[in-house]
Amino acid sequence: MQVWQEGTLGENLERAGVSRRDFLAFCGKMAAIFAVGSYAGANSAMAAPTAEEIATKLSAVTKPVVVWLQLQECTGCAESAIRSYGTTVEEIVLKLLSVEYFDLLMAPSGTAAEEALHNANQGPHILVVNGSVPLNENGIHCVIGGKTAKQVLEEAAENATHILAMGACAVWGSVQASHPNPTGAVGVDSIIRNKPVINVAGCPPIGDVMTAVISYVLTYDAIPKLDGEGRPKFAYDQRVHDSCERRPHFDAGQFVRNFDDEAARNGWCLYNVGCKGPSTYSPCPIVQWNLRASWPVAAGHPCIGCTEKDFYDRFTPFYATLPNVGIEPGIEASSEAIGLGLLGIATAGVAAHAGITAALSKKDELAQRETQPLEAFGDSVRSYQPEPETTQGESN
Amino acid sequence: MAERVVVDPVTRIEGHLRIEVETEGGFITNAWAESTQYRGLETIVENRDPRDVWAFLQRICGVCTTTHAIASIVAVEDAIGIEVPVQAQLIRDIILGAQTAHDHTVHFYHLQALDWVNVVSASQAKPEDAVAFAQAIGSTWTGNSLERFTKVAETVNALIDSGQLSIFTGGYWDHPAYKLPPEANLMAVSHYLDALEFQRSVVRIQTVFGGKNPHPNFLVGGMACSIDPDKSETVNSVQIDQIRNWINEAVTFATECYLPDVIAIMGAHKDWFDIGATEPHFLAVGMIGATFPGDPAAAPYRSTLSPIEPGVLLDGDFVNVKPFDPALVTEYISSAWYTYEAGDDAAVHPDVGETTPKYTGKPTPWEWIADAEDGKYTWSKAPRYDDKVVQVGPAARVLVAYASGHERTREIVDGALSTIGIRLEQLNSTAGRILCRAIETVTAVELMQQVSFPAFISNIAQGDIEVFNGAKWAPSQWPSSCQGYCYTEVPRGTLSHHVTIEGGKTKLYQCVVPTTWNAAGRDPMGQLGPYEYSLAGDGNHPLVIPDQPLEIMRTIHSYDPCMSCGVHVLDPSGEEITRLVTP
Repeated sequence: MQVWQEGTLGENLERAGVSRRDFLAFCGKMAAIFAVGSYAGANSAMAAPTAEEIATKLSAVTKPVVVWLQLQECTGCAESAIRSYGTTVEEIVLKLLSVEYFDLLMAPSGTAAEEALHNANQGPHILVVNGSVPLNENGIHCVIGGKTAKQVLEEAAENATHILAMGACAVWGSVQASHPNPTGAVGVDSIIRNKPVINVAGCPPIGDVMTAVISYVLTYDAIPKLDGEGRPKFAYDQRVHDSCERRPHFDAGQFVRNFDDEAARNGWCLYNVGCKGPSTYSPCPIVQWNLRASWPVAAGHPCIGCTEKDFYDRFTPFYATLPNVGIEPGIEASSEAIGLGLLGIATAGVAAHAGITAALSKKDELAQRETQPLEAFGDSVRSYQPEPETTQGESN
Repeated sequence: MAERVVVDPVTRIEGHLRIEVETEGGFITNAWAESTQYRGLETIVENRDPRDVWAFLQRICGVCTTTHAIASIVAVEDAIGIEVPVQAQLIRDIILGAQTAHDHTVHFYHLQALDWVNVVSASQAKPEDAVAFAQAIGSTWTGNSLERFTKVAETVNALIDSGQLSIFTGGYWDHPAYKLPPEANLMAVSHYLDALEFQRSVVRIQTVFGGKNPHPNFLVGGMACSIDPDKSETVNSVQIDQIRNWINEAVTFATECYLPDVIAIMGAHKDWFDIGATEPHFLAVGMIGATFPGDPAAAPYRSTLSPIEPGVLLDGDFVNVKPFDPALVTEYISSAWYTYEAGDDAAVHPDVGETTPKYTGKPTPWEWIADAEDGKYTWSKAPRYDDKVVQVGPAARVLVAYASGHERTREIVDGALSTIGIRLEQLNSTAGRILCRAIETVTAVELMQQVSFPAFISNIAQGDIEVFNGAKWAPSQWPSSCQGYCYTEVPRGTLSHHVTIEGGKTKLYQCVVPTTWNAAGRDPMGQLGPYEYSLAGDGNHPLVIPDQPLEIMRTIHSYDPCMSCGVHVLDPSGEEITRLVTP
């Protein structure tokens, strides 16, 4: 990544008037996000770094070129990235990276934009991808600069030092890849098979997590530890259910039966109105959204499981209780067999992952996953409390 | 001799757009707007639970996130006959008000501004001159300090000195069309950074009610976010206080920073109020945020964001608003990669719309695609109103609101016209669309502050905290077959969703979206779509340096293209997949 023109990041930041204090504050936020993964204990070989350690390492790296592609998608991921919090983050990111191609924000269009992409592609660069690659009809459903999304991706991946698939579309195709997948949309690691792909899951991912993955790569000059689906463990090591603020109500058997009922107003568990938190690996309850203003379950809506592969097919209907959703046979268990049902869903997507990252650790990951859901549910005895008074209609 | 110019990718937009033009002597003589992405979401939602569909269609667009979700739940509620609690309606109004504040701000500062603001020139400014410039244009924005401008100047200089221009790489910084003085450029770059902070802050209104942004969560029948000022686990007094402050911040930013900036920057480019006009026909179902379940004329609820009625202005008459008649809307496909049963020149009403995709274009890589023998060059259909090419979006809404006598709109418009020295009719232009976007941001956030939010609080004070009506939540309580639709005004223009539900499942779904209206191609009568007409309609649109198409970007960006929204159904086998029938 020897692409910074002169000096280290530390020198450039100093010259740019970024105070050590501001920089440390930024690194502190990164440290808080990296620390998410350390809760899992046994899974985390590396202790979470301190802000000072991150600052020291970040200061020494050289300024990398970034190519940020937006393929078949909705721009929600790039929008999420610009929400990444901290008042000086965008200034630091502008200085931290030289983002030489980025559809959403770059100055030039047309020929000059294509030249910027071509030039950046010639040297080593970090490749960030939003969006899927449609393969039907020779890729005619997403054409950029006269080239198919597949060609654009392959050219940008050639000299990439790191490939970050940011968001559900880039990871597995997301909404347009859902049944019947009319355009034949696939994720990045179905196309790029000779390099590791970091899968930053979510529809969209939390902006702060997107920033943190880039920062991780810069800090350690290495890809983060990944789970069986290529997701960074520092963000996707825990299920929503594991850290959910409503978890005590699950353990106590206190459930919302209808939206906006008395139980809902008491913040009880959303499991019975369709929450997919028990099967969803995501940092939402820990990192939260938009300057920690809230997160989906806190705002009263069930988790729809958007960090999990095929969630539009496997987790729908969204308002159906978990063991009764999904299209695979064998998991239509009754609600009493809850642990078993969850196990099926949690592991179903792993085998389908085609990328090289999955191949590295799939076995370990499967072995680990097989014990987790049961352990998680074995720590309390569930029993239903009497339903709160409600005047509303039946649920589901 | 005409020269051919291709602009692809058009950057700083949502989705993928290609523009092909012919130029002669520095002016555009012909233009084609080409939508180059397809996803097929309307097919994907068929046979799904209608209560889930909002989450799929919300992902049409992550920039105008919320708009398709709200259009979808309102269409489903209209079909099933669900009465939505007034507090849930008000929460949706507040969410849409926040959407306007966010979406329009990001559009002006982060997607549009670099067409007018020269970052390299900003590096040459003296910060004290920028302070004086801000004062001179009447900007009372708190960010206009010497300290702030000095810091921003240092940041810009360091970036340029590093030799790595990042997102500014390849910009047309020597182009003669950049004519703001350095101090104006520095002020604008500083506000670019301030706007980044503002947009991150104001979306929290949506996060409180919907849990996240982009793509907050919604619920058919109301909202999932229970409210109670006396409880700790709901949207409570803490968050209500926060929302009040964030709404106040939005009003401050729109009135003290955004609107003065736009009046100053567009005022310095007065010639652009004579460039980029469409034919003078405009459609708006209200002011931005207006949302109607079913027929707007019979809708049970009036949005607090739109005190005016739906209407059209036709044939250059900017005074007399005519009623909007949905029956006069038709769609053509003569320039798009579809076929119609009645032939490709037929006019088809969206209520009985056909979407049968058939790609007949050249294989990639493309060089020039506007010369196809069958005349087809885009995935966008061509909607027409009474066979006229109408413009939708900010200019249409502001003109309709002005003609309808909305006082605050008239006050801001009259002030801006006077300051800049232009006539009302000149709002139909590249600069006019940009100005109208800022004007309606002010009126929308003020309505949110003065009408929507106070109503919400007043209802709470009277004990009304209900946000969900579950009486018809279960499919067993739905009609075996029903149809519904929603008309709404969203950042880029008029949006409608149409749904047919049978046996508890989504049978048919159709979206008619703003970018389809504006980015449409030609119709069988040979009429150019709005983008195309703006570029080539009157022969006065400049393009001075063909490989630096700055002027094209100015005009196309003035529409705030949202190409993913313009995308309809796709079935690669070419079979007919949507045949919509609504009442």
